[in-house]
Amino acid sequence: MNVRVQVSMVFHLDKCIGCHTCSLACKNLWTSRPGAEYMWWNNVETKPGTGYPTLYEDQDEYHGGWEVKDGKLQLKLNTRAGELLNISYNPRLPALDDYYEPWTYSYDDVTNAPPQDDQPVFKPISSVTGKEMDIEAGPNWDDDLGGSGIYAANDPNLASLPDQQREQLLSVERIVYFYLPRMCNHCVNPSCVAACPSGAIYKRGEDGIVLVSQEKCRGWRMCVSGCPYKKVYFNWETGKAEKCILCYPRLETGQAPACMHSCPGRIRYLGVLLYDADRIEETALHADNELVDAQREMILDPFDPEVIRQAKANGVEDHVIESAQKSPVFKFVKKWKIALPFHPEFRTLPMLFYVPPLLPVTGTSNEEGLYDTSSDFFSSLENARLPIRYMANLFAAGDEDQVIRIYKKMMAGRYFKRAQSVGGAEDASIAEMLTEAATTSEELEEIYELTTLASFDERFVIPPSSREAAIELVQITLDRQEGGGMGFVHEPRRGL
Amino acid sequence: MSWIRDLINPQARTWESFYRNRWQHDRIVRSTHGVNCTGSCSWMIYVKDGIVTWEMQATDYPQLEAGIPPYEPRGCPRGITFSWYLYSPLRVKFPHVRGVLLDHWRQARAAHSDPLQAWAEVVGNEETRRAYQTARGKGGFRRVAWDEALEIIAVSMLYTAKKYGPDRVTGFSPIPAMSMISYAAGSRFLQLFGAAILSFYDLYADFPPASPETWGEKTDVAESADWFNSKYIVITGSNLNMTRTPDAHFAAEAKHRGAKLVALAPDFSEVSRLADWWIPVHSGMDAAFWMGVGHVILKEFHAQRQIPYFTDYLKRYSDSPFLIAVDETGAEPKPGRFLRAGRLSRYAAVENGEWKFLVFDARSGEPRMPRGAIGGRWQTRQGCWNLELKDEMDGTEIDPLLSLLECHDAELTLNFQDFGTNHAFRRAVPVKYVETDGGRLAVTTVYDLLMAQYGVARGLAGEYPRTYDDAEASYTPAWQEQFTGIGRNTIIRFAREFASTAEKTGGKCTVIVGSGVNHWYHANLHYRSSIAALMLCGCVGVNGGGLNHYTGQEKLVPGASWSALAMALDWSAPPRLQNGPSFHYVHSDQWRYESAPADPGPQRGPFSRHVMDQQVDAVRMGWLPFYPQFDESPVELVRRAEEEGATTDDEIKQWVVTQLKHRRLHLAVEDPDASENWPRVWLIWRANAILSSAKGHEYFLKHYLGTHDNAIAAEVAKDSVQEVLWREPARNGKMDLVVDLNFRMDTSALYSDIVLPSATWYEKDDLNTTDLHSYIHPLGAAVPPCWESKTDWEIFKALAEKVSAMSVKYFAAPFRDLVATPLLHDTPDDLAQPSVKNWHRGECEPVPGKTMPHLALVTRDYVNLHHKFCSLGPRLREEGLEDRGLQIRIEDWYDRFAASAPRYEWGGRQYPSLATAIDAANAILHFGPEVNGEMAYRSFEARERETGLQLTDLAGGNRDVYYDFHALKAQPRRILTNACWSGIVNAGRPYSAYCQNIERLVPWRTLTGRQHLYLDHEAYLAFGENLPSFKPRISLEASLNLVSSSPEGECLTLNCLTPHGKWHIHSTYSDDLRMLTLSRGIEPFWLNDKDAARIGVEDNDWVEAYNDNGVIATRAAVSARIPAGTGFFYHAPERTIAFPKSPMRGNRRGGGTNSVTRLRLKPVLMAGGYAQHCYRFNDYGPAASDRDTYVLVRKLPGKPRW
Repeated sequence: MNVRVQVSMVFHLDKCIGCHTCSLACKNLWTSRPGAEYMWWNNVETKPGTGYPTLYEDQDEYHGGWEVKDGKLQLKLNTRAGELLNISYNPRLPALDDYYEPWTYSYDDVTNAPPQDDQPVFKPISSVTGKEMDIEAGPNWDDDLGGSGIYAANDPNLASLPDQQREQLLSVERIVYFYLPRMCNHCVNPSCVAACPSGAIYKRGEDGIVLVSQEKCRGWRMCVSGCPYKKVYFNWETGKAEKCILCYPRLETGQAPACMHSCPGRIRYLGVLLYDADRIEETALHADNELVDAQREMILDPFDPEVIRQAKANGVEDHVIESAQKSPVFKFVKKWKIALPFHPEFRTLPMLFYVPPLLPVTGTSNEEGLYDTSSDFFSSLENARLPIRYMANLFAAGDEDQVIRIYKKMMAGRYFKRAQSVGGAEDASIAEMLTEAATTSEELEEIYELTTLASFDERFVIPPSSREAAIELVQITLDRQEGGGMGFVHEPRRGL
Repeated sequence: MSWIRDLINPQARTWESFYRNRWQHDRIVRSTHGVNCTGSCSWMIYVKDGIVTWEMQATDYPQLEAGIPPYEPRGCPRGITFSWYLYSPLRVKFPHVRGVLLDHWRQARAAHSDPLQAWAEVVGNEETRRAYQTARGKGGFRRVAWDEALEIIAVSMLYTAKKYGPDRVTGFSPIPAMSMISYAAGSRFLQLFGAAILSFYDLYADFPPASPETWGEKTDVAESADWFNSKYIVITGSNLNMTRTPDAHFAAEAKHRGAKLVALAPDFSEVSRLADWWIPVHSGMDAAFWMGVGHVILKEFHAQRQIPYFTDYLKRYSDSPFLIAVDETGAEPKPGRFLRAGRLSRYAAVENGEWKFLVFDARSGEPRMPRGAIGGRWQTRQGCWNLELKDEMDGTEIDPLLSLLECHDAELTLNFQDFGTNHAFRRAVPVKYVETDGGRLAVTTVYDLLMAQYGVARGLAGEYPRTYDDAEASYTPAWQEQFTGIGRNTIIRFAREFASTAEKTGGKCTVIVGSGVNHWYHANLHYRSSIAALMLCGCVGVNGGGLNHYTGQEKLVPGASWSALAMALDWSAPPRLQNGPSFHYVHSDQWRYESAPADPGPQRGPFSRHVMDQQVDAVRMGWLPFYPQFDESPVELVRRAEEEGATTDDEIKQWVVTQLKHRRLHLAVEDPDASENWPRVWLIWRANAILSSAKGHEYFLKHYLGTHDNAIAAEVAKDSVQEVLWREPARNGKMDLVVDLNFRMDTSALYSDIVLPSATWYEKDDLNTTDLHSYIHPLGAAVPPCWESKTDWEIFKALAEKVSAMSVKYFAAPFRDLVATPLLHDTPDDLAQPSVKNWHRGECEPVPGKTMPHLALVTRDYVNLHHKFCSLGPRLREEGLEDRGLQIRIEDWYDRFAASAPRYEWGGRQYPSLATAIDAANAILHFGPEVNGEMAYRSFEARERETGLQLTDLAGGNRDVYYDFHALKAQPRRILTNACWSGIVNAGRPYSAYCQNIERLVPWRTLTGRQHLYLDHEAYLAFGENLPSFKPRISLEASLNLVSSSPEGECLTLNCLTPHGKWHIHSTYSDDLRMLTLSRGIEPFWLNDKDAARIGVEDNDWVEAYNDNGVIATRAAVSARIPAGTGFFYHAPERTIAFPKSPMRGNRRGGGTNSVTRLRLKPVLMAGGYAQHCYRFNDYGPAASDRDTYVLVRKLPGKPRW
């Protein structure tokens, strides 16, 4: 057992309101500069939809992530040997059109407009060419575009649904969409790291954050191709790859990442997971329908004395172990098993988990066009607007049982709480529902509290960071205190 | 897996300082966004190197009681990008004047030593005037020095005051709650000057008229945390995710606590996804849905089975048991007015017997007069105005009968109108006969009338439906299908779930409602029908229950102390406060484009006439304010009266009344196109008055500004108006000068003559509150005002200084100004007009404050205006605070403040200073019952005197609590329980409206003192809106939108909806690069996929949407989530964003959402002088509407041109 530390995350999609505040918090802090305009380290997608960059989930096209070949794990992009041959030519790279051409406006046409015979307006200007442009795509182009024959209908995750079900998504009875916030998954088996020919990408030992060294990066962009989530970006100004850094400057000072801090839906949770690094390869080799369970197995119980012993042996500090014990992510992922990884079949072992959303019940329309809702009291598993199959394609490599088990527990929780506060449902039927969902009233109460009442400090359990010890590896800490910050800061530029 | 490993070499990680350097910063300051979003989120603003870098949400809201989720973090995608604006290319850095005007001014100024003469030349020369007016909106600004800009503004104001009267100067700023000091800066200055300021809440159609109709209150709702207490949440016309972004989590979390969420929306909106049920009710037909629901509730939970909780609730807290006299004057008997207690011999001698009402008492078997009616509030004998079920005369207990069914003398068949199908139904109700001073009268109860109106038979004769499936008879579940498109089964299930949840939880059902319902012409009816469902199930005044309307940040919490300061009541009163909808309907000449009322209403009588005629009558009778007041200067009038021998104030007023009566003096509203009656100078601050606030925007461009517009509607009112003088042609360009204070070059700035650079929300100190949470917190200056900008407080102070300095020449001595004001709610004016009588038609005498507006004489002192602005005047000490009729004495606290606050000295006296924004904030905090525990206590003392109830215990624990500005900067603070508001928030309890009424028996400020299901003002009876009922949305024909416009090529005719958008708050943020990037780089017009296919439009194609009012040219967004027959153009993007020219309208620039709207006033909402039907600024009057709008949509021909 090789116990490692991962700062990990859960997104409760049932609470996500699709506001994009997370994306903008991140944009403000990290990517509002030349060369990074088009980067959205954090973005929010409308699902079903084609995403950003367009159709990134389609690995037949992009070849991101891993595949199992001859019982071995290898990059889908190419083999190690193939990579070297391919080093200067990378056909799997998304082009500008797959993202979008970033733009600004000729604002001055309005602010300092000369006298003219009609009201002035400002026009879009390409940030790449500086010329006037037609806007045909953006980073969030299909926002709220449920029921779009162009966007929603072409979601790759719908491909395995019967035609009839897909067509229904354009009708009032079944039209639906929900939101999927996305950021770097800080994977345990990151294909970006594996793909980098320069060795510039690494996973930090103390917290599992995956970083691209801005010193070592040589701009090969293999990481961009290698990441199946397309969460590594190429900065065209500095010529280096950049990606979500999980706000380590904030985390290291005890503050939640900006995207999490700023989430008004209160959907995000952060905390430490301990995992067994010896089992990474074995886990990633499982068959599609076993991947979710295998990954859960790889994650360790921080209360298990043996895990604690091995963790200490690996140099994991006491306060980090305590933090892992308080981790809300541990509860959602391992204890209650109601959060799932995104596209586990990409086999990068992503360490960001999603609680799937409950969706409104379907309706029926009669021949006069009169609409009636289905008779379920709450949104239901059977009459949910998106087929379970779709959710399973997103979060369980197609394994519907994984999704069904979670929905049953979530619905049991709602009926249980309603019975508690309104009454009405028979005790017997609630008990039956709990059994069916393989849960207990105690567990549902715990889930309820973390889902609804959790305060900032309960949602984000940030392990103390031993910065003084880390600094001591390169400099006497007292010297840092006394001279810290003195010196010249240069703007990043090509070849830094 | 050799490549997956920790980096061992620590030196290889020193580069990590790369991102740490970016994160490092120098200063963090608390502020918020003064934008009309109702969010009121507390933010921390980060400063690095003297530059604001970004903002992050504060997370330190004090916790509510245990078991309620915390408020943190409050914020949204719009707010988190605000820092972009500070240094953006749209920033207004310096004062600007449009070149054409500036040249003319400088020329005239050089030619005249007297600036007033110079201005007279600029505005007096028609050619000059046309030149700078047609240049409006077309660029050409030039940078000027502050002093020059201020001089032009001051001169224009003084010239106007001298020539026409100060009431020709107008100010507009909305939503004081979002930055109340900044609002107060302008309003204080303008009120000291004698100018009129315009309301916003009603103009925005955010004000819900059903609230005063039902509760006698503008709006009072639960804070969002209280949604968590609810067990059945119905969200209608409110897209919580988009527009209540920081609050939406409470709805999501309530679900996990076992609440059911139902979303009513025509489109699959964002909140539909959050819901358990999405019910796609056809837009503008909501009342039909709720009437169907009410039918089921009344039948199953009232008629067939009585729920004690429901019936007890209705008896005590609603007008349900009150007696209504049957009106037998017409061809067929119908419901009439409340029977007045004074008409019974038993109560003939009671004071205000005309304003007290009767129930049928089960104990005595007689009609009895319970306490709490409005007549009991404004009478000599104080202390018995409460909701105890006791006879006001002798204190005997009363047990009111809800229904007379068990004891009726007869069944009488009455006439009930169904406006949906245009049928009348004859349905019997049980009546008792009562002896009155006018003989024997048939009476029934409101409850019995409700049963008949909703069609619940109870064994009575008449055209009652037999089953839910009777689609012919109003208001069955089957009947409503034809309007809503929702099947009867859904209605029935919904009603049963709703009512049984309320039964089991004691009323924990809530309706969250917003502009999607409130922006319709018949919004009051939509609201009343859902309020009826809530009341029938005992849900109002209960935590987790009630009608929760959230549109517009209307809740300025410390209202009493703020309005004293903002309206300069510390120096003089009354202020000139104008309802915006009427002002713009009249002055921007939109009435000229209307032939008949959109709602036909009665065939005969005063309420059958053109809306403009009813508007004129409403001003005459004192129902609504109107400025300018007269066709003469109100200053000149006083001088003339004195000249003709009037010496005392009363004689002056009487002289004016006589002049009016003999038609020697006229109201300005009777001749709005006469040049002496135009508004001349318009100061705009914190507003986008010319675009997003301008219902009928193109008419603003035409008639106010005199620049180009895209309206092609014909003027059609000529032959249908009687009370207003028709002048030909209509006058364009009425405004001499339009001034805008702004931090960004928005549409209003672009169309103004002068733009003054104002500080942003991160550059000033101010206060902020909302109704969505119960905290007060500040705006704080993270950096000083950038470039040459100034805070609003400093700008108006500087303007005041300029006006005072120039006045030495023009208004050297103080002078008197005659101010006319309407009959006001929460004053004895509540009892002014028991019946409608118009002095102008000789039906009664003109009596100020009774049958016509109040008249008052106010002394103005322009030379000392600046000093008054900067000091807290002594009138506050003498008069104390007033809020909703509560009078709070404050002498000792004024003295205490005078002793401790910074001082300002002038005229040989010292006053508490208001020289800085923080001084002003501290004055508001010092006296506010919401933020000062002692004042809270005194507010309950005042309420105790009125009601005779024990109430001070509600504030007893907080008497020592007091917040000053610095305390708020440290942390948001929670408001205190007080008598100015109706919730109880002690011990962390979430605020919910009307808990004091329910739990402590404080009456509502309505006719009966109860919540009103029945409205008996003559206007309501005339329009058939006395009972909850349904009127469909205005038809295409009645809208007059497409009279002059016709389809060109492949065209769709669509109902054009303008919901609040995702990427902006009204127009703010709509030009923000981040928002434009995350949307589509422009505000698109949303179309249904099949509709779009019919006219060959694909996603992102260019389209034109047009009608007689104007045109929009933009791109299309195509989705099946938009219902067929409907187009969405999300509310109020700037016109300055990449919108092309319109080939349809001569290749002139396409407009915004308000380019296709025209103001329509609903006459019934003008009613005045009658209990809750009384004017209050922003809180009452005809609301504007915008949803009953139709457009033609086509693919834009050719390539777009800019």
